[in-house]
Amino acid sequence: MNTELASPPTVRGPGAGTVVLTVNDQVRELPVEPRVSLLDALREHLGLTGSKKGCDQGTCGACTVWVDGRRVLACLTLAVTCEGHEVTTIEGLAPGGELHRMQAAFIDRDAFQCGYCTPGQIMSAVALLAEGHAGDDAEIAEWMSGNICRCAAYPNIRAAIRDVRDSAGAER
Amino acid sequence: MRPLSYVRAADADTAIAMVAERPDSAFLAGGTTEVDLVRQGVLRPGLLVDINDLPLTGVEDLPGGGLRIGALARMSDVARVPGVVARFPVISQALLLGASAQLRNMASMGGNLCQRVRCSYFRDATSPCNKREPGSGCAAMDGFHRGHAILGTSGTCIAVHPSDVAVALTALDAVVHTRGPGGERAIGIDDFFLLPGDTPEREHPLEHGELITAIEVPAASIARRSVYLKFRDRESYEFALVSVAAAVDVADGAITGVRLALGGVGAKPWRARRAEHSLLGRPATTASFADAAGQELAMATPRPMNAFKVELAKRAIMRSLTMLTNENAP
Repeated sequence: MNTELASPPTVRGPGAGTVVLTVNDQVRELPVEPRVSLLDALREHLGLTGSKKGCDQGTCGACTVWVDGRRVLACLTLAVTCEGHEVTTIEGLAPGGELHRMQAAFIDRDAFQCGYCTPGQIMSAVALLAEGHAGDDAEIAEWMSGNICRCAAYPNIRAAIRDVRDSAGAER
Repeated sequence: MRPLSYVRAADADTAIAMVAERPDSAFLAGGTTEVDLVRQGVLRPGLLVDINDLPLTGVEDLPGGGLRIGALARMSDVARVPGVVARFPVISQALLLGASAQLRNMASMGGNLCQRVRCSYFRDATSPCNKREPGSGCAAMDGFHRGHAILGTSGTCIAVHPSDVAVALTALDAVVHTRGPGGERAIGIDDFFLLPGDTPEREHPLEHGELITAIEVPAASIARRSVYLKFRDRESYEFALVSVAAAVDVADGAITGVRLALGGVGAKPWRARRAEHSLLGRPATTASFADAAGQELAMATPRPMNAFKVELAKRAIMRSLTMLTNENAP
């Protein structure tokens, strides 16, 4: 084993300590314990309640956010692990109070009923287009399968994604 | 979730030392199983050592045609590596048929091998479960066990191994490379997964503080024509009822090489060696496939609710071999 190690890194917790997160291009400091999930940090500490807590066990996708531009589940991510990484939530999807074109397409296509899964669906849908997995409806369905909609708005969600895919400049 | 401490390690030596010195510590990679089970109270670590900054994310083609997959490479990234897609399609397919896009972005390859079973009695943190609390009994045995294993089970545990990609890696004789307080070692994947026997709490031979660093897949030209088939209760984002990783070489109508492994039915990713042995040298016909499938499943030990898996597994084996040996197939 290497004997020239620097001093060991600092152990944090179990009590609350300052965690520095970059969320939607803003640096935010919050006092949280290491056990706090990114989802709870966003909702309970930063007031960003767009990301939803559906199952809190990684099965529904309602908490989908981006970390360094990749879609992930905020409920299975510990907030402290996101230090040094860029977090993007539905609130940061379209700066300046405008709607992102995917948000507009969801409205146009009536792609939700109760709306609870919608922020996660939209964060997934925008990532899906960037990943290049929206070739046809079957591919969209497969690559959106991590986002459950208990109102079963799936056909309309796929329609909204198709609309954005087929419009000019569909990238983020 | 119970309170816990956290530290982020910058290098493997530090991570290994920090886990090794505290009995209640654990590595944290993608966290997709671990965070979930910590929240459920099934796992109770006092310290999580975050290894996500370690430089173990590469996927390299090895001279001679093999593959070295860094333990922290993410499932989604490995699935689209051109060398994986072209030379080991069964790995790419198995990865993409597992979990969801979000989870595949998070989950690491090493973590995938270490993921815990989905048995609801293990996960509820209260039922009798020999895996979670040795000696407490197995609630699945006479409980709800429709998804449970029919191969490699014991009187103590019938949980099924949940991984897809581990099934593909088992078919390909992958090697798990580790580093721990005692140094480095390489473990053949079939030895990496332990059958429950009388110690279902022990799922792999890793010591406390021993870290998976890479998974190597030996060169195998047979794998260029390979497939992963998965059968489940819904079309996507679901664990397998039965899955098959298969590769086959045929010359002059006879089978000259074959790899077969099963998922969704085994207490560990199940290399179907009896079926492979039966197929070698036989004509590539439905009769040969059926005979081989029958021989493999002859040792199944189904329970009342999962008896259907015996026939489903046979048919899955037959379908995979039929697909691969059909000259018109891609």
